[in-house]
Amino acid sequence: MPLIWLIAIILVLAAVGFVMGRSRAVASAGGDARVLHSLPSYYGWNVALTVITPAFGLLVLWLLVQPLWIESRVSSQLPDSAISDTSTRGLVMSDVRRVSEGLEALDAPLLASERAVDEAFLSDLRNRLGAAGVALGSDISPEVFVAARSYRSLSSWGETLMSVAVLLAALGGFGVSYLVTNKDFRARNTVERGILTVLILAASIAILTTVGLVFSMLFEARNFFAAHSWQDFFFGTKWAPDFRGNSELAILPLLWGTLYISFIALLVAVPVGLFAAIYLSEYATSRVRSVAKPAIEVLAGIPTIVYGLFALITVGPMLRDYFALPLGLGQSSSSVLTAGVVMGIMLIPFVSSLSDDIINAVPQAMRDGSYGLGATQSETIRQVVVPAALPGIVGAILLAASRAIGETMIVVLGAGAAAAQFDRGLGELVNPFEAMTTVTVKIVSQLTGDTDFSSPETLVAFALGLSLFTITLGLNVLALWIVRRYREQYE
Amino acid sequence: MSDITANSASGAPRKGSLLVQDGRTQRRNAAERRFQIYGMIAVSVAVLALIFLLTSIVRNGIGAFSQTFITLDVVLAEDKLDKTGNRDRDEMAKVSTFGYAPLITAAIEDRIAAEGIEIEGLSKPVDLISKQAAADLRDFVLANTDRVGETVEFQFLASGRIDGYYKGRVTMASAELDSNVTPQQLMLADALKDTGALERTFNWGFITSPDASENRPEASGLGVAILGSLYMMIVVLVLALPIGVAASIYLEEFAPKNRLTDLIEVNISNLAAVPSIVFGILGLAIFINFAGLPQSAPIVGGLVLTLMTLPTIIIATRASLKSVPPSIREAALGVGASKMQTVFHHVLPLAAPGILTGTIIGLAQALGETAPLLLIGMVAFVREYPGAPPEGFFDPASALPVQIYNWTTRSDPAFVERASGAIIVLLVFLLLMNLIAIILRRRFERRW
Amino acid sequence: MNDIKISASGVDVFYGDTHAIKNVSVEIEGNTVTAFIGPSGCGKSTFLRCLNRMNDTIDIARVTGSILLDGEDIYDAKVDPVQLRAKVGMVFQKPNPFPKSIYDNIAYGPRIHGLARNKAELDEIVEKSLRRGAIWEEVKDRLDQPGTGLSGGQQQRLCIARAIATEPEVLLMDEPCSALDPIATAQVEELIDELRQQYSVVIVTHSMQQAARVSQKTAFFHLGDLVEYGETGHIFTNPEDSRTESYITGRIG
Repeated sequence: MPLIWLIAIILVLAAVGFVMGRSRAVASAGGDARVLHSLPSYYGWNVALTVITPAFGLLVLWLLVQPLWIESRVSSQLPDSAISDTSTRGLVMSDVRRVSEGLEALDAPLLASERAVDEAFLSDLRNRLGAAGVALGSDISPEVFVAARSYRSLSSWGETLMSVAVLLAALGGFGVSYLVTNKDFRARNTVERGILTVLILAASIAILTTVGLVFSMLFEARNFFAAHSWQDFFFGTKWAPDFRGNSELAILPLLWGTLYISFIALLVAVPVGLFAAIYLSEYATSRVRSVAKPAIEVLAGIPTIVYGLFALITVGPMLRDYFALPLGLGQSSSSVLTAGVVMGIMLIPFVSSLSDDIINAVPQAMRDGSYGLGATQSETIRQVVVPAALPGIVGAILLAASRAIGETMIVVLGAGAAAAQFDRGLGELVNPFEAMTTVTVKIVSQLTGDTDFSSPETLVAFALGLSLFTITLGLNVLALWIVRRYREQYE
Repeated sequence: MSDITANSASGAPRKGSLLVQDGRTQRRNAAERRFQIYGMIAVSVAVLALIFLLTSIVRNGIGAFSQTFITLDVVLAEDKLDKTGNRDRDEMAKVSTFGYAPLITAAIEDRIAAEGIEIEGLSKPVDLISKQAAADLRDFVLANTDRVGETVEFQFLASGRIDGYYKGRVTMASAELDSNVTPQQLMLADALKDTGALERTFNWGFITSPDASENRPEASGLGVAILGSLYMMIVVLVLALPIGVAASIYLEEFAPKNRLTDLIEVNISNLAAVPSIVFGILGLAIFINFAGLPQSAPIVGGLVLTLMTLPTIIIATRASLKSVPPSIREAALGVGASKMQTVFHHVLPLAAPGILTGTIIGLAQALGETAPLLLIGMVAFVREYPGAPPEGFFDPASALPVQIYNWTTRSDPAFVERASGAIIVLLVFLLLMNLIAIILRRRFERRW
Repeated sequence: MNDIKISASGVDVFYGDTHAIKNVSVEIEGNTVTAFIGPSGCGKSTFLRCLNRMNDTIDIARVTGSILLDGEDIYDAKVDPVQLRAKVGMVFQKPNPFPKSIYDNIAYGPRIHGLARNKAELDEIVEKSLRRGAIWEEVKDRLDQPGTGLSGGQQQRLCIARAIATEPEVLLMDEPCSALDPIATAQVEELIDELRQQYSVVIVTHSMQQAARVSQKTAFFHLGDLVEYGETGHIFTNPEDSRTESYITGRIG
C-alpha cells in the first residue's frame, strides 16, 4: 500500500473519530452539552488525536528502523567475493539499493526466485532497468542481483507488515478513546496534555539539531583521526592533500588564512559600523536617518553569494589593478584583502545594529549627567557612553568575528584556494595581496565533487568542520554571556 | 591654559562673558565637528558600498535579460526527419540532433545567398548559431510532427560570442585571437542585423530554461534553479513555521524556569550563530549518508534550511508573543479559560502578524543561503525539471544561489553576465519578500 | 538682599504641541537657596532645565522668552551651551555616577574644561570637591573604586561633588533627594545649606517640608504657571493665592 494511502486512511479514521467521539459525548449527556465536563469538540479531538498519535508515531519509527534493519541483513548476506578490490561494501550496497529500486518498476516474473541468474539474463535486466530510467554504472553481478532481490522482498514484506501494524494502532487508539468517552471524562485536560507534549517536542528539536551537528561531525572526525595522525592535523604546518596518499593535512595554514581575513574584515567593519551607529543614533537628522538606516539594513539582507560575486568580478580585479600590480605585491585578484574588505562590508550592518542597540541601552541619565557638567556631545559619547557600553560592544565584535570566521561564500569566491605556506617566509604570509585559503573553503572543496568517505582527504573536512564549530561556538557563548551581563547591568 | 582657568582652580568664580567663546571651547567645538565628520564618513562608506555593489551587479548582469536571436526559414525536409512518412513520433525520435544540424546549416547559407551577402574569407557561417539550436529544432519538430515537410520560420539563439559582440564582450580584435569566432563571422552578423534577421530581444529563456553546458552560455537559464528554490522554500515553510511556532509557544508561555529550558534557550541563540557551512555538514552526514535521502534533492536542501531558519523564526515569534501584554492573558484566564485556550484563542492571533513577518524574513535568509547546499550535492549539473510535488521534492534540482556559484566557476566570460543576471533575479525575489514583510508589519503592527 | 543672578522673563516652553511653561518670569538671587515646588507635572523641572539649556538635548522642546545670567541672555545664538553649563551645574533626580572610578567621576568636569594644569592640581580639585560634597571622609581610601559601588546617598553626594568640581556659579538640583532614604536626605540637605555660602542653588522638590527646611525663597508652580514667588516663610505661612494655599494644606497635589 503506498504511503500516501496509509496516511490518508489514518486521517479519515481520525476525522470519523472526531465526529463519533463528539456525538457519543453529547449523547452520554442526554443531548445537553452543559452537563459535559468539556466542550463537545474536545471529546472529538481526543478521539482524533488518539487515532493519529500512535499510528504516526509507529509509522515514523518503522520508516526509520526498517531500512537500517534490512540494510544490515542484506549486507551480511552479501559474500565478500562480491566486493571487488576497487570498491567498498558501502558502494556495492548502494548498487544493490538502486537495482532493487529498479526491480520495483519491472514485471514480477523476472523476479521469481527459480529463474536462473545467468549472464544473458543480467544484461537483459540492465537494459530493461535502463529503459525504466535506472541507469547503472557497472554491470550487475549475480551477487548484487540476488541481494537486490532479497532487499526488495524484505522491504515489500516489511511495508505490508507496517501497513497492518499502523492501521491496528490507529484502530486500537480509536476503540480505546471512543469507549472512555462519556460526560464525566476530562477530555479537555487530556487534549491539552497532548498538545503540550507536541509543543515540548517541537522545542526540543533545537537540542536535537545541536546533538545532530556535533555527532555528525564527531563520528566522521573520529574516522579521520583513525586514518590520519592528530598531531599532524593540529600541529602540522603544511596543507598538501594528495589523493595518492601521504597527504599533509594540517589545520594551522588554513586557520592562519581564516584569522587574517577575519582580522581585515573586522578592521573595516568595526570602525565603520561603530561610527555609523553613533552618528545615526546621536547626530543624524531624521531625514538622513530615514535614508541611511534602511540602506545599511539592506546590506544585511544581501545573500553572501552576492558579496562573493562582488569580490570576484569587481573588488578583486580593482585591488589587483590599482594596488597589487603597481606596488608589485601580487598578481592574483583573489586575495586576503579582497575577501577581507568585502567581508568587512558585509559585517558593517551587523556591527552597527548591535552597537546601536547597545549604545541605546546606556541610560539617558548618564548622558544628562555629562551634559549637565558642560561636556560636548562627542565628549559625552567618547568618555561616558562608549566606556559604559564597552562590554556590550566587545560582545558585538566577538559575534562579528565568529561570523567572519564561519563565512564561506565570500572566501570561496574571493580568497583563493592556495593554503598559506609557512616555509615561504613571513613576507608572503602577511602580504594582504596574496591569495590565501580558509577553513571553510577547504570544507567545501573536500566535500564537493567526487568524494570517497573512506579517504582522509575527504574526512578531514569533518575534522575541520568540528574545529570551526568549536571555535565559533566558543566565541558565541562568550559574546552572548558578555552581552547578557551587560544588559542586566542596566535593567 | 589661560589665567582664567588658573584662577578658577583656586576657587574664585570664572569671569568672562558667555557671549564670547574662549579658546578652549573653540578647540573643543572643533573636536566635536571632527567627530561628527568621522560619523558622516562612516555612514557614507556604508551607503556608497551598497550603491557600488548594486550598480556593479546590475551593470554586469542586466545583459543576461536580453539575447541575440537569428530568425531563419528552415525547410523541415521529410526525407531527413521522417523517412517512413507516417509521422510516427517514436520513429522520428530516432533522428538525433546531428540529423537536424544540416537543416540549420542549409537555412543560414540560403539566407546569405538570398540576401546577396558576400564576405571574403567567411567560413562556417553556421557557427553564428548556438550549438543548442539543433536540439531546440528537434524539440519543436517532435512537438509538431504535422509541420514536417513545410518551411517554418524559426528563431534560433545566436552563439555566445555573437551575443557577446553586441554586448561589448567580443570585439573584432579579440575575435582574431579567438578559436570560437572569426572577424568575418562578426561581419556576417552585422550584415544579417541590417537585413533584420538578427535582433536582440528580451530573453524569457534566461528565466525559464534549464542550465546548459559549459560551451553554451547563451542557452543557460534559471528554470530548474527557480523551481528547486521554490520547492525548498515550500519545505521550509511547511516544517519551520509550525515547529518554530510550537517551540516558541512552549518556551514563552508554558516552560517552567529550569535547567532544561535554560539549555534550550542557550541552544537556540547559539544555533542562530553557527556557521551555515556546518549545517551543510549535518545535511551531508545525516540526511544523505545516514538516512539515505537522494543527493541534490530539494527535500534535503529544505530540511537543512529548515534547521537553519528555525532559530530565526523562534526568536521572532517569541518577541511577538512577548509583546502581547499580560493583561490580555489575565483577562482570558479571568473568565475561566484554560492556559491553552488563552494562548490559542487570544495570544496567538494577536501575535500572528509578527510571526508572519519573522517567518518571511527567515525564508528570505534561507533563499539566499548557498554554502550548506554546496555540500549536499546541489552543485550538480541538472537539466531536467524536477517533477510535481510531492515526488518532485526527491528529484535532483538546483537552487538559485547555487546556480550563481556554479556559473562563476565556468571559464566562458558570458557566464559572469549570467551569474550577475541571476543575482538580479534573486535580489528581486528577496525584495518582494521583504516588501511583503514590511507591508504586513505596517498594516498589522499594534502598539500597546 | 542679594544680587540678582538669574533673571527670567516671559519664558514659554513647548514640548511639541504641549505648552509646558506659560509666561514665567522669576528672579533668582545669588547665595540663596531657591525652591521650586508644585504638584507633579506642573513644569517645575522643565523650567529648571531651561536655566542651563538642558532642554536643548530634547529635540521637540522649544523655549521662548529671555533668561539672563549675570545680564547675558543664555539663549543668545552666540552662547555655547557647553560654556553655559560649566557655569550652571546640575544635579539630577536619580544619582547618576559614571561607570568610572570615584576619582575619575570628579575629575571628568575639570578635565573637559581644562581646569587643572597638572596632576597635582587635579588631585587638589578632586579632594576639595569631595570635601565640599561632604563625602571625602567616606571615600578618601577608595578613590580608584567605581562610583557605582557607593550607596544611594553617597552616590548623590558624589554627583553633587562632581557638579561642584567644575566651579559653577549656579547649582541646579532636580529633586536630588527623591531617591534617597531619610538619613541620606538629611545629609544632602545639610550640604545644600552649606553650598549657599558660595553658590546660588535652585532646587526642585515635591516635598514642602524640604522646601521649608532648606530654602530662603520659594516659587510655586501649577499647570505651567508660576503662581506665587516670594520668601519661603511668607509663602508657607501666608500664601496670597488660593491655589498655593490649597497645595500647602494638602487639598491639591
